[in-house]
Amino acid sequence: MTQVAMTLNGKKVSANVEDRTLLVHYIREAQGLTGTHVGCDTSQCGACVVHVNGRAVKSCTMLAVQAAGAEVMTVEGLANGPELHPVQAAFREHHGLQCGFCTPGMIMTAVDMIRRHNGVLDEDTIRHELEGNICRCTGYHNIVKAIKAAADQMVAMRTAAE
Amino acid sequence: MYETNYHRASSVEEAVRLLAGAEDGKFLGGGQTLIPTMKQRLASPSDLVDLGGIAAMKGISDEGGAIRIGAGTPHYDVATSDIVRNRIPGLASLAAGIGDPAVRHMGTIGGSIANNDPAADYPSALMALGATVVTSKRELAAEDFFQGMFDTALDEDEIVTAVIFPVPEKSAYAKYPNPASRYAMAGVFVAKTGGMVRVAATGAGQNGVFRIAEMESALAANWSPSAVAGVTVDADELLSDIHGSAEYRANLVTVMAKRAVAAAG
Ligand SMILES: Cc1cc2nc3c(=O)[nH]c(=O)nc-3n(C[C@H](O)[C@H](O)[C@H](O)COP(=O)(O)OP(=O)(O)OC[C@H]3O[C@@H](n4cnc5c(N)ncnc54)[C@H](O)[C@@H]3O)c2cc1C
Ligand code: FES
Ligand code: FES
Repeated sequence: MTQVAMTLNGKKVSANVEDRTLLVHYIREAQGLTGTHVGCDTSQCGACVVHVNGRAVKSCTMLAVQAAGAEVMTVEGLANGPELHPVQAAFREHHGLQCGFCTPGMIMTAVDMIRRHNGVLDEDTIRHELEGNICRCTGYHNIVKAIKAAADQMVAMRTAAE
Repeated sequence: MYETNYHRASSVEEAVRLLAGAEDGKFLGGGQTLIPTMKQRLASPSDLVDLGGIAAMKGISDEGGAIRIGAGTPHYDVATSDIVRNRIPGLASLAAGIGDPAVRHMGTIGGSIANNDPAADYPSALMALGATVVTSKRELAAEDFFQGMFDTALDEDEIVTAVIFPVPEKSAYAKYPNPASRYAMAGVFVAKTGGMVRVAATGAGQNGVFRIAEMESALAANWSPSAVAGVTVDADELLSDIHGSAEYRANLVTVMAKRAVAAAG
């Protein structure tokens, strides 16, 4: 057992866990944040995507101890109080989900891709960037639309602010 | 996953020492192969020695005629490095096509080549560019480093610390990804420096990555996709599985070689 401390959604947290504990289980079971999902056993579905030190990673393919000392953000950390993050709002607006199981991973992947591309995204790039996220319900179309809308809106907000 | 003991090393020497003290330890790079393997209980190391905290193993530097990439550098950093994009564009595009964004944020070049999966992308670049693998013990030519499927010249306690790539005049990589895993069904890397051409294929060979001499001489005489259109590799030496027969892969190798030459320009 190892005492593993990290910053989770801006808050310092700590828990005593086995070294083999995956980050996703640390988040869900030790910290009680169940927004991050486990959708597969093979590191392929992306339902578990969180940000570690600002980069999207699969939390089912990283040990909690590897993230000791890191800044970790999950889907619960995106909203600003009652106000949804623009990507969350766009998923609602554009019906980017059906059962919702893949949604936390889709949203964390989307926030990461928008940041890396500075908001400049076309449909092809979005589809390519979603390589590591599987959705069994939507057929992806509305997910792509939601990400495009959020990216465009975030660029517009940035331009307006300048 | 079976129980394991985790250790974080801050230097190469410390990592070697930590492994020596373990009963049945393994180095941990980005974990994008080792952790899935441990989850499936196909590996059960008593100890993991994490190389992720070793600053000296990270980063990319331009050394004039060659580029040095620290073994702990993630695929994403190779794909987006201005040095790699300007000087060895084929290598940057190869790194950009490994797995998916989250895998590229964690997975490292050192881990990929140490694992030497027959369908991994990087081995083809090392072979075609004539790279040198730097380890905690020695330097090895790529040709001597890769020794067959999941097999390399590495000792149990030897760490890949960097890879040195000579800068070619032209380079490109073309891959036909498995639609589910994104690993290569066949991937071909071509590199040209003066009259010297090297061609290496991954994803297809029964013994992992291999060079294709007949394509190399054809391209040295005539650098164009049509030069390799008529060259096929022997299907008897190729992988055959549920994803594709050996004959199918032989055809893919020729098609990928043509595409790579066209992309290199
Ligand atoms: C969903 C998914 C898709 C993928 N798609 C692709 C793909 O399209 N193409 C591709 O090429 N790969 C793909 N990969 C594999 C990925 O590139 C891995 O990152 C890589 O194979 C292993 O690198 P790692 O740093 O994660 O190593 P680890 O998983 O940490 O280690 C792998 C092995 O190498 C050893 N090792 C690690 N680092 C070193 C070192 N510096 N010196 C000595 N030994 C070391 C470890 O002990 C272990 O045996 C994919 C992986 C996933 C999960
Ligand atoms: S649960 Fe992590 S990739 Fe599927
Ligand atoms: S909405 Fe059901 S899996 Fe994507």
